[in-house]
Amino acid sequence: MTPEAGTAVVERLGTFQLAGEADGLALVFSQPLSFWGGIDAETGEIIDHSHPGLGQSVTGRILVMPSGRGSSSSSSVLAEAIRRGTAPAGILLERPDPILAVGAIVAEFLYDIHMPLVVCDISGIVSSDRIAIGADEDGGAMIRVRAKS
Amino acid sequence: MTLELTARDRSMLDGGQGPSAAAAMKILVAFSNAIGARGLLDISGAHIDGCLYHGKAGLDFVERLVEGGGRVQVPTTLNVGSFDLIHPGMVKMPAAEEVPARRLMKAHLELGCQATFTCAPYQTRFRPDFGQQIAWGESNAIVFTNSVIGARTNRYGDFIDLCCAMTGRAPAWGLHLSENRRGRILFDLDIAEAEPSDSLFVGVGLIIGQASGDRIPVISGLPKPRDEDQLKALGAAAATTGAVALFHAIGITPEARTLDEAFQGHLPEETIRIARADIDQALARLSGVPDGASLAAVSLGTPHFSHEEWMRLLPMLREAAPGRGIPIYVNTGRATLTRLREEGALAGMEAFGLIPVADTCTYVTAILKRLDGVVMTNSGKWAHYAPGNIGVTVAFAEMKDCIRSAAVGHVVRGVS
Repeated sequence: MTPEAGTAVVERLGTFQLAGEADGLALVFSQPLSFWGGIDAETGEIIDHSHPGLGQSVTGRILVMPSGRGSSSSSSVLAEAIRRGTAPAGILLERPDPILAVGAIVAEFLYDIHMPLVVCDISGIVSSDRIAIGADEDGGAMIRVRAKS
Repeated sequence: MTLELTARDRSMLDGGQGPSAAAAMKILVAFSNAIGARGLLDISGAHIDGCLYHGKAGLDFVERLVEGGGRVQVPTTLNVGSFDLIHPGMVKMPAAEEVPARRLMKAHLELGCQATFTCAPYQTRFRPDFGQQIAWGESNAIVFTNSVIGARTNRYGDFIDLCCAMTGRAPAWGLHLSENRRGRILFDLDIAEAEPSDSLFVGVGLIIGQASGDRIPVISGLPKPRDEDQLKALGAAAATTGAVALFHAIGITPEARTLDEAFQGHLPEETIRIARADIDQALARLSGVPDGASLAAVSLGTPHFSHEEWMRLLPMLREAAPGRGIPIYVNTGRATLTRLREEGALAGMEAFGLIPVADTCTYVTAILKRLDGVVMTNSGKWAHYAPGNIGVTVAFAEMKDCIRSAAVGHVVRGVS
């Protein structure tokens, strides 16, 4: 049985840095993005001139990148973006990132908005794949990737 | 891997010490889980980098802790804010931003933090001792306290430094633990200078920051520094071009009496040689203009100028006697400024264009009157960040050259 191209759902497991559910289109970068100096929290737009995503919006997307980068002020920028509703719906990382974790944890505490932060294998995910983040029975992260059609 | 909490931690989490301590512990626990720490440890001090206004979320967080009646549990210093509270009117800001930014600084004081407003808390009476466990924010302060003093902190910042202060606890991970403080990468300096210049230390910092990644750098062959300010400059530069939180310098820093001690008996994963030409190249990248360019201002004191640095600067000012034409901004801690005023050291110095700045820094807020010209600095960190932060063109030089340039109105370097 060969499923039609673009409809196959591939599941992969990951670890939650911060648990939650999210659904959205992937925005994938091979280069880490610093939220401080990299994202405008008012608009959700990427403003780092040295980053390939310059001008794109992270709002409502599942941001996929190898790791976080740079200053601890990124925690504040992420928390502020979550407050304003300009943040990604969720973030997938290859390596854990304490700075993004702090921003997401504090935003959840202050505003009760859950933005899941997951560490998992990100290979093969491309921008505009549809991604659903949820929990498996053991509390681990379950990521469902539906390739873009 | 699960986090083990003590009975006291759990009681705090359950509200036994009030809602603010409970909130801080809740976030600390979530953070500890996110990074995979197995427990928490006691800290004896904290330094909070939370007074620069990045948006409402930062203020909401502190206000929540104030409303809960919370107080910091350990002696806690504050990093720079957006205002010079000692010199009102120096910082220009639209009212809509000024109100919350001022409130942010005040709200931290209501939590019991000390009004130090300095990026160099190691110059204050709150300087920690060797081996002390602390939770510090601010990259230059972190690398200084770990490397030069041998106190122990991770790279904290934004929210989590304050959660540590409010609970007196920090996750037991990373640089709090001896085994994680060992060197990984060796930088072998091939430089013979009996009286090393300040810029040599900046150059070494820039290079190790760039090349170390997340590995702890060890420097061999570093000339003996004149004072700890040269190591301050090295660390600040390394934490600017990279994420260095700890470096060892053989025979100089306290956890590196020998190569073997710095690497804790292991071998370096990589060895990189640094020659004079590498340093010159790294320093050249800090300057956007050639000699002779017309000067708008000089900015010194990033990180904050120590009392010793003032004692070197003031005779230079008297000797070169620059007029008032080129402002010479010097960022410094309010405690250092108070001491200088008490000593009468600054009397008459404004005639040379000297403008002391306290509580903040010239590259994080609107202080410089002219942004259209070249600003000269002896700080690798300022030279790196100021063009992006406030849009100026920078010329990097030794302090002496900065002052001589101010006297003639254009960039001159390397004069003896």
